[in-house]
Amino acid sequence: MVTALQRKLLRDLGRQWAPLLAAALVMCVGIGAITMSLSALESLRRAMDSYYDAHRFPHIFAGLKRAPRTVAARLAEVPGVQRVVTRVVVDVNLNVPGLLEPATGRIISIPDAPPFGLSELYLRRGRFPEPGRAGEVIANEGFMEAHGFALGQDVAAVMHGRLQRLTIVGVALSPEYIYQIRPGELLPDDRRFGVFWIPYRELAPAFDLDGSFNDAVFAISPGVERAAVIDAVDGVLREYGGGGAYGRNDQTSHRYITDEMSQLRGMAVIPPAIFLTAAAFILNIAFSRLIQTQREQAATLRAFGYTTGQVARHYLLMVLVVACVGSLLGMLLGWRLGLTVTRLYTQFFRFPTLEFSLYKPGVVLAIAAGAGASVLGTYTAIARAAALPPAQAMRPPAPTDYRITLMQRMGITGVISPMGRMVVRHLERQPVRAAMTVLGIALALAVLIMGSYAHGAVNYLMDFQFRLSQRQHLTVVFNEPASPAAVHALARLPGVITTEPFRAVPARLRSQHHSRREPLMGLVGTPTLNRVISDREVPIGMPAEGLLLSDSMADMLRVRPGDTVRVEVLEGPRPERTMMVAGRVPTYMGTGVYLSRDGLNRLMREGAVISGANLTVDSVRGAELYAMLKETPGVAGVTVKDAARVIFRETFARNILIMRAFNLIFASTIAFGVIFNSARVALAERAHELATMRILGFTRREVLTVIAGELATLTVLAIPIGLVLGRLLTLYAASAMRTETHRIPAMIDPGTYAFGTIAIFAALAVAVLVLRRGIHRLDLIEVLKSKG
Amino acid sequence: MHDQAQKPGRSPSNVEERFVANVMPDDPTAVFSARGLTKMYRMGEVEIHALNGVDLDLYRGEFVVLLGPSGSGKSTLLNILGGLDVPTSGRVHYLDHDLSAYDEASLTRYRREHVGFVFQFYNLIPSLTAAENVGLVTEIASSPMNPREALELVGLGNRADHFPSQLSGGEQQRVAIARAVAKRPDVLLCDEPTGALDVTTGVMVLEALARVNRELGTLTAVITHNAMIASIADRVVTLSGGRIASIRRNAVKASTGSLAW
Ligand SMILES: Nc1ncnc2c1ncn2[C@@H]1O[C@H](COP(=O)(O)OP(=O)(O)OP(=O)(O)O)[C@@H](O)[C@H]1O
Ligand SMILES: [Mg+2]
Repeated sequence: MVTALQRKLLRDLGRQWAPLLAAALVMCVGIGAITMSLSALESLRRAMDSYYDAHRFPHIFAGLKRAPRTVAARLAEVPGVQRVVTRVVVDVNLNVPGLLEPATGRIISIPDAPPFGLSELYLRRGRFPEPGRAGEVIANEGFMEAHGFALGQDVAAVMHGRLQRLTIVGVALSPEYIYQIRPGELLPDDRRFGVFWIPYRELAPAFDLDGSFNDAVFAISPGVERAAVIDAVDGVLREYGGGGAYGRNDQTSHRYITDEMSQLRGMAVIPPAIFLTAAAFILNIAFSRLIQTQREQAATLRAFGYTTGQVARHYLLMVLVVACVGSLLGMLLGWRLGLTVTRLYTQFFRFPTLEFSLYKPGVVLAIAAGAGASVLGTYTAIARAAALPPAQAMRPPAPTDYRITLMQRMGITGVISPMGRMVVRHLERQPVRAAMTVLGIALALAVLIMGSYAHGAVNYLMDFQFRLSQRQHLTVVFNEPASPAAVHALARLPGVITTEPFRAVPARLRSQHHSRREPLMGLVGTPTLNRVISDREVPIGMPAEGLLLSDSMADMLRVRPGDTVRVEVLEGPRPERTMMVAGRVPTYMGTGVYLSRDGLNRLMREGAVISGANLTVDSVRGAELYAMLKETPGVAGVTVKDAARVIFRETFARNILIMRAFNLIFASTIAFGVIFNSARVALAERAHELATMRILGFTRREVLTVIAGELATLTVLAIPIGLVLGRLLTLYAASAMRTETHRIPAMIDPGTYAFGTIAIFAALAVAVLVLRRGIHRLDLIEVLKSKG
Repeated sequence: MHDQAQKPGRSPSNVEERFVANVMPDDPTAVFSARGLTKMYRMGEVEIHALNGVDLDLYRGEFVVLLGPSGSGKSTLLNILGGLDVPTSGRVHYLDHDLSAYDEASLTRYRREHVGFVFQFYNLIPSLTAAENVGLVTEIASSPMNPREALELVGLGNRADHFPSQLSGGEQQRVAIARAVAKRPDVLLCDEPTGALDVTTGVMVLEALARVNRELGTLTAVITHNAMIASIADRVVTLSGGRIASIRRNAVKASTGSLAW
């Protein structure tokens, strides 16, 4: 049995469907964003946890020069160590068929047969190398896919000075390389960096490491203090050239995943909060006005004997219908977007399986947030309607109480027409509601700016990184520290125009309890190729003393210029020194630490030793140069800047722009929702007045002026507020979304502001069309029959 | 062009003469002339004839009262005369303009230039003061009165700067009359102007209407349910079931002061 009240509910919903749907859509966007982020986060976390667990991702990692395998027993005795696996890990120069420039292969030794004890491989295809068959390797999946290689493919590696053929017999994933990035680089490049697994008995002899190891990974017992174990392990390995043991949070792959997760966590909070706030705004506007027009209906219901609770429930039900529709659509949207986002992750993160599933507590949370926002947004309006004394309905119509207002006192009204006065008075009369509308529109503009700034920001970032800062074409890294003569050798290679050597050593930086592993980059006085750029966008020279920290590193260590940091070098004699922070420099990628090469050489108590060089080359002779570099034994790796730029553009930039597209759709929904809604509601609320004007002989256009004038006034008032709000939101979003390794500059170009403003005016134009249609449809006679 | 229609502009000097003329009516100029006027609403299967073949002439300077039971088509007729509605069939002329052939824009112009409306529910704009409500109309009229002058005419000269919410129902209705007459309309159409008012206020409102009719010579048509009011009219038109049931001429027009209901 449908009661009369329920029927009224349905009819009212039917009549008000447009503004309510607008509110529901905005809410849908908020709930969708929460659902997407939390679900993607949870999917990622679950995939990571189960992968780490099933494939025994180590807790502690340590690299060293060389130690006899017997040392493993000593390591196993370190209190807290549950299991230790020793191995040989080397980076080699790879000659990959179909790739002009040399690639880097990271080769890791494995026992003859699984299990390995830690870091078990997930064999996707093929098999493990067979004992006795030389040159069989397993390659990582990313590398295979990037090249489109099939099993049986050969690659050539320069192994300890000899070119050796490797046949790929298996494709695998490792929990240590979920995110595969070449050490010292900022972007993953599966084409130019591959991980390979070869049986120990084959790898160790090739590098004169038979019976020895140069890398160890550890599992520790639950509940053990990690730092203590790291220190103890470090103590054991020191005499074997240990490069400093480190925990998961310094492990590259793990760090990138957790970075991504913290970014997702930020995304699960800020944008949805904004969208839901906007939805609450829209609902507030829609409902306070709907109820305003229904005051007498509400009072009449009360007069008939409906209780306050029943009346409140009646309107609350309407809100909940909106919230339900919004939630349902939002869940669908979140599910769909979550799928897309998860698919984006599979570009970067290699899990055996990364399946997206709706995170139910997240969905519940999203819906609770949506319902909460809608009830909060409508609470006062509903409470007021329910509390209306029944006598209200019996009284003769009481026109809204207008009084002489500020404008009038200032004498402004004298100079504007009665129509203008109607606009001004109406706005003055309902300052709170006008303010809500202004805020709503401002919020919409702000979200538009936040949603679209990324485009300009990404362009800026790319320009900063690949043009302003990095002016080299190639970066060559040597296997071993070399003398300056090695640079001269490079300079003599075909096509090389200029060279700029650098020295890089692994190190740990500490300040109080904050610490980070990051290579120290020793650069020539004022680099002209690998330039360090100041916040004024000019290249700066290396300080005579002390370090230049990237913004992100300075933030992680919580230090400012003038402070000191403890530097522990993790190579060679492993010197430790307290050094001054000479300055900080803007960085959008990576967490670089720079000093002069001389300073670094002095710190290392070594001669004028270098680790590699940046080159500019004549592209015409590129093929020739690459061919030579591929077979140069001392070269551990070559980085091609243009390749990095392409990767950045095709992966990171593209993803940022996909997210931006989402945001933009969201933002437009809000902008349109708020303005459209204000128009619709104004129309409903003032139909009586407008129809009266029409009857008195005002043309449709004139009547439109009154009502559109009001909306336009509010919109114009909202624009400056929205621009400022947009800037703040963008700053906030940029800081919330930045990770330790990647930052998007909170750089808003004028075009973004212009775009947002234009979009708002476009929404206004549509709203005016809505108003126009509404005025065309005004039933003049209907109006005369009611009190209005 | 309908805006060339003559305005019955009256100078104060011939007010007495006009009054006499009204007592012995028949200014031969028919301002409105309706023939075979029909308004039909179709509600699914059911056809409702709000008007069903109305023939009616209204003359210059007359005070006409429309009587009839609820639903007999009074409002429908008035709305068509006022250019708010269009007939389903039949013709209605305002002077020599065929209103039934007008489009929306022409009807708006017609209302703007020739018609004054007074409604049961006043329909004042709450955000405008009394004077501004009147001003709303005078600003788009070609030879309007001063808004204050119009308010004087309805006895509200001293309330010009008050907002509707600060006025009583009767006062609001008088502002509505001032608003209707301020542009010196050629016709004044009132739909139950006293419907929401008590006796005393009702009388004051009628007095205001009668005075306007008397002093400006505006053709005035008033819908009412109160047969008593009929006695102050020149002619009384009674509708029933969408047709004209009778047209009666009052030999003697009662004064508003003598009314009681
Ligand atoms: N929009 C409409 N749809 C259907 N029927 C309508 C519509 N408007 C009016 N009617 C019908 O037309 C008829 C005449 O209506 P009208 O408003 O002219 O009556 P009235 O004489 O003014 O009545 P009252 O004295 O109650 O105001 C009525 O039967 C009414 O139901
Ligand atoms: Mg009626």
